[in-house]
Amino acid sequence: MRIVTGEPIPVRVRDAAAQAPWRRFAEEFAESRIALFGLALLVFLAVVAIAAPWISPQNPYDLAQLDVLDSKLAPGTPAAAGGLYWLGTDDQGRDMLSGIFYGLRISLTVGITSTVIALAIGLALGMLGAYVGGWLDALIMRVADIQLSFPAILIALILLAVLGQGTGKIIAALVTVQWAYYARTVRSAALVEREKEYIEAARVLALPKWRILVKHLLPNCLPPLIVVATVQVAHAIALEATLSFLGLGLPITEPSLGLLIANGFQYLMSGKYWISFYPGVALLVTIMAINLVADQLRDVMNPRLKR
Amino acid sequence: MLAFTIRRLAQSIVVLAAMALIVFLGVYAIGNPVELLVNPMADEAERARATAALGLDKPVLEQFAIFLVRAAQGDLGRSFVYNIPAIQLILDKLPATLELAAVAMVIAIALGIPLGLLAGLRPNSYLGRTIMAGSILGFSLPTFWVGLVLIMLFSVELGWLPSNGRGETVLLLGVPVSFLTVDGLKHLAMPALNLALFRLALLIRLTRASAREAALQDYVKFARAKGLAPTRVIGVHILKNIVIPIVTVIGLELGSVIAGAIVTETIFAWPGTGKLLIDSINQLDRPVIVAYLLVIVTIFIAINFAVDVLYSLLDPRVRLVAPAAAGH
Repeated sequence: MRIVTGEPIPVRVRDAAAQAPWRRFAEEFAESRIALFGLALLVFLAVVAIAAPWISPQNPYDLAQLDVLDSKLAPGTPAAAGGLYWLGTDDQGRDMLSGIFYGLRISLTVGITSTVIALAIGLALGMLGAYVGGWLDALIMRVADIQLSFPAILIALILLAVLGQGTGKIIAALVTVQWAYYARTVRSAALVEREKEYIEAARVLALPKWRILVKHLLPNCLPPLIVVATVQVAHAIALEATLSFLGLGLPITEPSLGLLIANGFQYLMSGKYWISFYPGVALLVTIMAINLVADQLRDVMNPRLKR
Repeated sequence: MLAFTIRRLAQSIVVLAAMALIVFLGVYAIGNPVELLVNPMADEAERARATAALGLDKPVLEQFAIFLVRAAQGDLGRSFVYNIPAIQLILDKLPATLELAAVAMVIAIALGIPLGLLAGLRPNSYLGRTIMAGSILGFSLPTFWVGLVLIMLFSVELGWLPSNGRGETVLLLGVPVSFLTVDGLKHLAMPALNLALFRLALLIRLTRASAREAALQDYVKFARAKGLAPTRVIGVHILKNIVIPIVTVIGLELGSVIAGAIVTETIFAWPGTGKLLIDSINQLDRPVIVAYLLVIVTIFIAINFAVDVLYSLLDPRVRLVAPAAAGH
């Protein structure tokens, strides 16, 4: 009777490997020391970003806390109000360390939010295309192809020139730039999975289409998507920083790392390097940490490299 | 082959038309340029006059129709800010961008292919690993960040290279170029290197992967077994067989290097089209934005089209013709 209702038949195998796929995954991931280091770094950065309001020496958005007399101080200068400006101050007397903590928070938020939205859109369109096929599939893939033939920065610039500035708008631009990668990846994965026996079995059981799509096809298409998404978070953060640096990204009231760098750029020539340099280091470390994790994820999830 | 070319050409034209519509409608939606151009003290009548003079009082679709007819005649409107034809403004700045892009591509090719071959033929050597690590770095560092570090190092700390402008230019066939003067070369060095970095990393990875694959093929083993000199095996047997993907990527990168120049030009104040675009966006100079985007998109589509056609000419295996045409 179970077969008729379409419930998965419970398998009573207490095999260690089948029991804990997550554990096996974690063990394989941990084989690379450098990937573990990247992961640790990433966790640290995430904690800093989340805890920014509590661990920052000052609130960089609160103008009342800023003292113009403290502007452009070198790293390690004592503050007028007590304490130390570990990484110096910017042109408005803002503590760079606090600015970086908050900037990291904004950069990560924008990067992750845009990736998640793009992932959802790309996933839906890619699965739909692969499963339905026909003209809809052709249309989706054609649009994706054409879009991918242009550099992301150009598409994002056109969009921001059109939409104007703002957090929501930059997320929209980043989503537009990214969705096609996911749509393509998930489509190619779904086309392979679709032909396999378990999908055929599900079809034979006359399960509803949405159920086959969501419960059977989707979970098996996820691994390549997760790899692409991890790499894309780094790309999104770098692209947002670039756009903000060009003055077309986030508003000045919410400086991301890119905007902090842009803000200090004009003082670079007069030797006040720290206003640009330290946010730049934070950006670089973030991107590198994500890439280290993504590289190892790609190896662990690539079935061709399975021993 | 002809059918493929025609189909590909038709597709390019459709994409260009779609981009023209998107760009025009999109840019139409941003800000009101009259606000920026008219004296803030101006009264309603004067504003209306300025609006009418710019043709902004007509319905959007009519503006688009006028725009299309004029664009077909090579007239993309006058810059609101400089009051000269937008297309002329772009063409004036284009040589600087093309020079920067060309030098960047030369650097990327001249360094990328030899380094990629080295890394590909000795994948486990110390040198091979170092090259790969460097290329990963080149991939993940944002362009503007590298530009910043270059300025900090070579302009501020060492004082060797100037950080902005084109320097002294000389006319070459009526076009001003920087690379023929010492001062110009000094100005060109950092921006070109900055712009080259990503393509360099890309070419290293591509050449390495292709060379690794080719080195395992039977014809390479046979050439070695025959006792040919290693340089000949590399130069003729390996290089010849990996050249198609490399040429394709170089072709496609020609477009992206022009788009990438937007960032590099802004950092190094290089007076090219990319800097013009950013300035125009900030000044809401609509005709220039539209003209730039259309010129860039046209260049892009033309390059992609040429690469596709060339690719199918170079490698008969990828010829994407319908089965009916396969008999010729």
